[in-house]
Amino acid sequence: MSAGGKPFVRKVSRYGWFLRHPRYLRYMAREVTCVFIGLHALILLLLLRRLSEGREAYEAFLHDLSGPAGVALQVVVLAFAVYHSMSWFNVTPKALPVQIDEKFLPGAVIISAHYAGWLIATVALLVLAGVF
Amino acid sequence: MAKSNKPVVWGLFAAGGTATAFVTPALVLLTLLPAFGVMPELLAYDNLHGFAGHWLGKLVLFGIVFLSSWHAAHRLRITLHDFGVRADTAVAVVVYLAAAAAALSAVYFLLRI
Amino acid sequence: MSERIVEMEVLRYNPETDAEPRFQRYSVPCMNEWVVLDALNHIKETIDPTLSYRWSCHMAVCGSCGMMINGEPKLACKAFLRSYDWLIRIEPLSHFPIQRDLVTVIDDFVTKLRRVKPYLIPKEDKPVAEGEFRQSPAELKTYKQYTLCINCMLCYAACPEYGLTTGFIGPAAISLAHRYNQDSRDGGREERQQVIAANEGVWECSFVGACSEVCPEHVDPAGALQQVKIKSTVDWYQEHLMPWSKK
Repeated sequence: MSAGGKPFVRKVSRYGWFLRHPRYLRYMAREVTCVFIGLHALILLLLLRRLSEGREAYEAFLHDLSGPAGVALQVVVLAFAVYHSMSWFNVTPKALPVQIDEKFLPGAVIISAHYAGWLIATVALLVLAGVF
Repeated sequence: MAKSNKPVVWGLFAAGGTATAFVTPALVLLTLLPAFGVMPELLAYDNLHGFAGHWLGKLVLFGIVFLSSWHAAHRLRITLHDFGVRADTAVAVVVYLAAAAAALSAVYFLLRI
Repeated sequence: MSERIVEMEVLRYNPETDAEPRFQRYSVPCMNEWVVLDALNHIKETIDPTLSYRWSCHMAVCGSCGMMINGEPKLACKAFLRSYDWLIRIEPLSHFPIQRDLVTVIDDFVTKLRRVKPYLIPKEDKPVAEGEFRQSPAELKTYKQYTLCINCMLCYAACPEYGLTTGFIGPAAISLAHRYNQDSRDGGREERQQVIAANEGVWECSFVGACSEVCPEHVDPAGALQQVKIKSTVDWYQEHLMPWSKK
């Protein structure tokens, strides 16, 4: 309750608030990874479309993906996808704490397990896809 | 205050986030490697066509497209709010419709393989 | 004992005379071991008795002296002057209306805290004659971390979603609801869910994590809120897909 005078309400910048501190910039960088995950979904969708259109259409698409624009796009998508993976795994202990008796599993253990799983999944996918 | 229905969209967002965190980088590598002279066997037309021809392959491919689209859609909704866009209902309708369209398109293409 | 002159740039606001806040600078001879609160007390005692600010324990347990120090929400009694340069900017805690100088209007937080029912609601009435509520050390450990909250509101100042959407219940209030929900002696979860599982509850949170970064007691409200989201999601599916089942 205020006595003798109006409290002053400070305006919060609706558009530039995240420029105020590095931690907000990091948050926004994490959030915009969704654009590139979405782009990847579109690439997959296009791949499926071309696949359904027959050999010529599909191979032409693969050829486009290997061109300079395709490579540039995929490198950017890869970078943001990796940032998404890392930022996702790093916070898992907060969302899913594991209590064993009177102790909590150290966050580092949970995070390492996720990175290990990531490595295994990646290698497995590449092997199954016949890269090696 | 009534309990929210956000759990529906959030649960899919979280599932999509987890799935994409584990597999998306590897998937991008698969389509990126040919440019560097490494052609994954799975990407050969006959192999991928065979994979997508099998019901399990269809399920996997649909799952990845659906979860990636949904994760991106929900997060984009939040991100637009953070960038100052204040029409949340309109944004939600647009992004979730887009995700649904992606999922339906995937089904359409997969059924034609 | 070493001394140096520190310039303190403090945001002043007198609601009776000012249209808007303005900065005032004070030159304060400071001891090396001082915290910002010591410098403020020195100003009030020897330079400008009109400077208003909240403080009490001077040892980071009461939660009174939260303010923005060089743009970061901190407890003034825990911000050591030796960590700062010659010029320190002091402002009232962000996202709260300014009542006077560094004193903010905290009614919004207190209202929200009340709404989440931050007290034990036993599953059944248990008369004293039936004995005490027993709890194992493991059961205590489950929620102990969230008992450490001192209601200092630094998390509200750090949370950008609270800054943009003042209807948001907020990190501390939801973490305290979580503290009681996790307590084995408690049976009031469903009542609290009506508040924290609503749109203005945990669903305004986008997991920025700033709250946990600034929390002086390491409560980790961000973690609490994500756990509430997961539990609320499981609840939703249980309620809608298996309405006959008891939780």
